[in-house]
Amino acid sequence: MIRFNQVFKRYPGGYAALKNLSFEIPEGEMAFLTGHSGAGKSTLLKLIAAIERPSSGSVLVNGQNIGALKPGAVPYLRRNLGLIFQDHKLLFDRNLFDNVMLPLQIAGFDHRESAKRVRAALDKVGLLKREKANPISLSGGEQQRLCIARAIVNRPTILLADEPTGNLDADSASDIMNIFKSFHQVGVTLLISTHDESVLRQYQGRTIALKQGELQA
Amino acid sequence: MKGWLFHHLQVLRLTLNRLRATPVASLLSILVIGIALSLPTGGYILLKNVQQLSRQLVGSPQISVFLSMNAGQTEVDSVGRQLQQHPAVSRIEFVPRDQALLQLQKSTGLADVVGGLAQNPLPHAYIVYPKSSDARELEKLRDELRTWPKLEHVQLDSAWARKLDALLKFGRLAVLILAALLSFALVAITFNTIRLQILTQREEIEVSKLIGASNGFIRRPFLYFGLVQGLLGGAAAWLIISISLSLLNLSLSDLTQLYASNFRLQHLSWGDSLTLLGFSAYLGWLGALLSVAQHLWQIEPR
Repeated sequence: MIRFNQVFKRYPGGYAALKNLSFEIPEGEMAFLTGHSGAGKSTLLKLIAAIERPSSGSVLVNGQNIGALKPGAVPYLRRNLGLIFQDHKLLFDRNLFDNVMLPLQIAGFDHRESAKRVRAALDKVGLLKREKANPISLSGGEQQRLCIARAIVNRPTILLADEPTGNLDADSASDIMNIFKSFHQVGVTLLISTHDESVLRQYQGRTIALKQGELQA
Repeated sequence: MKGWLFHHLQVLRLTLNRLRATPVASLLSILVIGIALSLPTGGYILLKNVQQLSRQLVGSPQISVFLSMNAGQTEVDSVGRQLQQHPAVSRIEFVPRDQALLQLQKSTGLADVVGGLAQNPLPHAYIVYPKSSDARELEKLRDELRTWPKLEHVQLDSAWARKLDALLKFGRLAVLILAALLSFALVAITFNTIRLQILTQREEIEVSKLIGASNGFIRRPFLYFGLVQGLLGGAAAWLIISISLSLLNLSLSDLTQLYASNFRLQHLSWGDSLTLLGFSAYLGWLGALLSVAQHLWQIEPR
């Protein structure tokens, strides 16, 4: 469950990225975040992951007030979130398996149990056969799928995706969306930001439309 | 608990891999640390040897105790017993006045003069061998004995002990200053190595923070690296000292044979060696900790 209450976000210098934002995404819902670039989509996602803090108002994630979170509690919040980035943020000094392993190492999982989970996650996104490869050898769509595998290996209850299909061709994009849909079916809450109208037409779900930092009716 | 141990072993393996990945740079850092540490350590071992050598050359100190001329046999015996039982005294030697006179006759060739004396002018005496050779303790013992009854004169030759003491004190201070300065250098070396590592692993740190790594988790590999590098530097210092001492002993044996002495330079004791390793590991860890505290907070995901 994600809830925004009259959230403002101003950056130093006075630029207001988000203005008086209030909405709620109930548990298990798949919602889309739309708007032109610069509308505040990324800022909104960063507020949920405590990468940024709201200037005023409150952001609640699973009942926790993100703005009031102590720095020491932030890592534990992020372990319950799956973050998917447009630029993937993969590590090219290690193979696919170790990339997906990282969240489990961080959370301190038992090694054997983690290896099973990593393979399950890689299987889910169709990359299990290439677990020993270096991510540099993957195509854009495959890199995005690897990023998803890393985000879900912790089995988070909430998935946040920032323009996951932004740089992909239509086929790869629909692969990604199908993966998201299957998570929606098992009860994961998803918030996917996109400026791709075709995606919205294809998949029904709540849409939160932003324009210059404000909610559009 | 098992997971925790496994994680730490994994971090240790990662650290060793990182050291191996840049062999030349690692070797140079370790050598620099080793050389820096070997200077004060070498000074320390040198002082220790000088102290030992001086004791061999000068022999153990002694205190001469002369009894009053009017002391009777029972008083002489009781002084002897008291000296024997004194906790600071290792052993005593009684020199009767007759024997002292004989010695004087024999040793100085004053037989005529001595023979012409109407009576023996020498008192009974004890030679006291104290347990300690520390100048201050010796003087304390001398001053105490001076307060005893029936003792005419108590004599201690402590000048050499004082001089040596002052010299050793000076040497120890110099070694201490050197150690402090070079410890600082070691911390600085580690600080810089870790800073470079943090910069090259910026991306990994950022991603790790994004997927929920605590500061402790991110810090750990760097702390391990500092610790291991310091430890290896300490081991290098130990090797430098060992090899130097062996070489010195080799050329020393020619010299000592001439003097019919079996003096050899002492090596670092087990305790000293462990202290050296522990201290260098600690300094490496400290340098890493300072570096991490200084640089890690600058890397926040955006």
